[in-house]
Amino acid sequence: MHPLLKAIFSASFAASILRVTTPILFAALGAVVADLSGVVNIALEGMMLISALTGVIASAFTGSAWIGFLAGVAAGIVVGLVLGYFHLKLRTNVILAGIALNLLASQGTVFLLYAAAHDKGVSSSLPSKVMPEIQVPILKDIPVIGAILGKQNVLTYLSLIAVAVIYLFLYKTSFGLRLRVVGENPDAADSVGISVHKVRFIALAISGALAGMGGVHLSMGYVSWFSRNMTSGRGFIALAAKALGRTHPVGAFFASLLFGFTDALSNYMQSLRVPGEFIQMIPYVVTLVVLAVYSGRQLKSGRFSNE
Amino acid sequence: MRRNVGFELLRTGVAIAAALVIGFIVTSLVSESPVEAFGYFLKGPFTSIRRFGSFLEAAVPLTFTGLAVSLVFSAGQFNMGAEGQFFIGAVSATAAGILLDLPPVMHTIVCLAAGMIAGAIGGLIPGILKARWNASELVASLMLNYVFLKLGMYLITYHLRDPSAGALVSLPLKETSWLPQFTRNTKLHAGIFVMFLVVFLCYYFLYRTSRGYEARMTGQNISFARYSGVPVLTVMLLIQVLGGAVAGLGGAVEMLGIYRRFQWQTSPGYGFDGVIVAILARNNPLLVPVAAVFLAYLRIGADVMAMYADVSAEMVSIIQAVIILLVTAEAFLAGYRHRLTLKEVKQRASAS
Repeated sequence: MHPLLKAIFSASFAASILRVTTPILFAALGAVVADLSGVVNIALEGMMLISALTGVIASAFTGSAWIGFLAGVAAGIVVGLVLGYFHLKLRTNVILAGIALNLLASQGTVFLLYAAAHDKGVSSSLPSKVMPEIQVPILKDIPVIGAILGKQNVLTYLSLIAVAVIYLFLYKTSFGLRLRVVGENPDAADSVGISVHKVRFIALAISGALAGMGGVHLSMGYVSWFSRNMTSGRGFIALAAKALGRTHPVGAFFASLLFGFTDALSNYMQSLRVPGEFIQMIPYVVTLVVLAVYSGRQLKSGRFSNE
Repeated sequence: MRRNVGFELLRTGVAIAAALVIGFIVTSLVSESPVEAFGYFLKGPFTSIRRFGSFLEAAVPLTFTGLAVSLVFSAGQFNMGAEGQFFIGAVSATAAGILLDLPPVMHTIVCLAAGMIAGAIGGLIPGILKARWNASELVASLMLNYVFLKLGMYLITYHLRDPSAGALVSLPLKETSWLPQFTRNTKLHAGIFVMFLVVFLCYYFLYRTSRGYEARMTGQNISFARYSGVPVLTVMLLIQVLGGAVAGLGGAVEMLGIYRRFQWQTSPGYGFDGVIVAILARNNPLLVPVAAVFLAYLRIGADVMAMYADVSAEMVSIIQAVIILLVTAEAFLAGYRHRLTLKEVKQRASAS
C-alpha cells in the first residue's frame, strides 16, 4: 500500500483528525446557534483569535490553564455581546460589524501581543499553560477506538460533548425552541411576547463562548503558543461547515470532521514532494467545492418543494 | 436631500472623531508618552516629502480596492474577495512583466490587462457559485482569498523567484512594463491617471448606464428589481466580475508603478481596507479617492508613529474598526436626526 494511504488508515491519523477538527467544530456549533436565532455571525474568526490570545495571556499571568480557558471563553462572550450591541441596538449591518470585529481581532491581537510579549509574531516568551490531555479509563483499552478516542486533549472531549449539549439545548429545551422561533419568524416570536433582542443577545453570547473554546484550543492545546492570525480562516470554514451541516449541530459535526480530515491530510502530506503551497490550499479548495456541490443540491430541493 | 448629505457628513465626522478618541485612549494605555506618540500619528504623513509622497501613493491601491468593494456593495453583494483579487492581480502582472518581451507602452498595457483578467476570474468564481448554485459569496470569496494567496506565493517561489536575491522576491519586471514615476523623492507614478480613469468609469457605469442602474436597484431591493424584470443573477455576476477586474488592476498598477519586483510575503491588506473606503464613500465612486486618501493618512501616520514611538502600527486597526461600526450603525445619532427633522417640520408648520 502507498505509505500515504497507509497513514490515512491508521488510528493515529484518525486521532489527529479529531484534534484538528476541535477548533472548527466549536466554531461551527457557534455558527449554528447564531444562525438559528437569525444572526449571521461572521465574527467567529475574530472571536477565536481574541480568545486564543486572551487564554494565553491569562494563563501566563495566573499560571493556571483553566483560568486561561475561562478568560478565553469570557472574551468570546464579550465579543459576541459587542456584536449584538452594534447589530441589535445600533442597527449596524451584521456582516459589516463582523468584518469590523475581524479586522480589530486580526490587528488588535498583534497590538496586544506586542504590548504583552514584545513580539509581533509569537507569544513563546510568555509562560502560558496548555490544557491537559486526558485518558478515558475504559475507552483507552478498547482496540482501535482506544487509540483514536482514548487519549485526547480535554477540549477535544468537550467539543464532542458540546455537540450533544447544543443539540439538547436547541431541540429539547423551551429556550432552544424560542431561539429557533426567533430565527424562523421574529415577528411571530415578538407577537407571542418573546423578546427577539434578548434571545439574539443570548445566542450571540453562546456563539462567542463556543468560538472562544475553539480559540483556546488553538493556542493552548493544538499548539502551546499564540501566533498572529493563527486561526487562518477556521472561523470562515466553520461557516461553511454550518451550511454543509444544514445548520444542525450533528450535521455541523460531520461537516467539521470533513474539514478536519482535509486539514489533517494536508498536515500529513507536508512530507511529500509537493510544493507546500498546494497542500496548504487543500482545506480552502475543498471548502469551495463542497460549498458549490452542497448549495446546488439545496437549491434544487428548494425548487422541487416549491413546485 | 441636502439636509441628508449634511447629516451623513456630520455622522461620519462624529464617528471619525470618536474613533480617534478611542485610539488615543488605547495609545495612552500602552505608551509612556501617549501625547507625543499620537502626535506622530496625526502629523506623520506631513513630516517629510518622502512620507507625504508615500501617503499619496498608498491612496492609489486603496482607491482601486475601494472602487471594487463599492461596485460589489452597490449591488448588495458581500463579496470579500478584493484582498485575493488584488494579490493575484499583482502576481499576474509580475508574471507578464517578467516573462513577456514587448515594446514599452504595449507591455504596460498587457501587464495591466493580465492583472485585470486575473482579478476578474477571482470575481467570477464566487459569482458563478452564487448565481448557479446559490452558494454564499461571502464564504466563497473568503476561501478564495486563501487559495489566491497560496497560489500566488507558489508562482513567485517556484517560477518567478530571483535566485540571486537573498530574500524571497521575484525577478525584476522588465523596464518596458513599468509605469513611469514622476519625481526622485517620491514614488508617485503614472498609475494615478489609470486610477482616475477607473474612478470615472465606475461612476459612469453605476450612475449613467442602465446596467449600473439595475445593479443599484438590485442592491437596494432585490425583490423589487426581480419583479421589475431585472435579470438579477446576471447583474450580480457582472458586478462581481467588474469588481474583481478593478481590484486585480489595482494590484497590477501597484506592481508596475511602485515595486517593480514582487516582494510581498503575505497579502498587504488593501482589500479589507477597501471595505472601509467603500463604507466611508457610501459606495459612491467619486468619493472613493477622498476616503482612500483618509485611510492612507491613517496607515502612514501609524507607520510613522511605530517608527518613533513605543506604540505599534496595529493600533490603527482599532480606529478603523470603530469607524466601520459607527458609520454603518443606522441608529447612531438617529435621535439627533429625529429631533432635527421634527424641528424643521415644526418651523414649517408655524410658518404656514
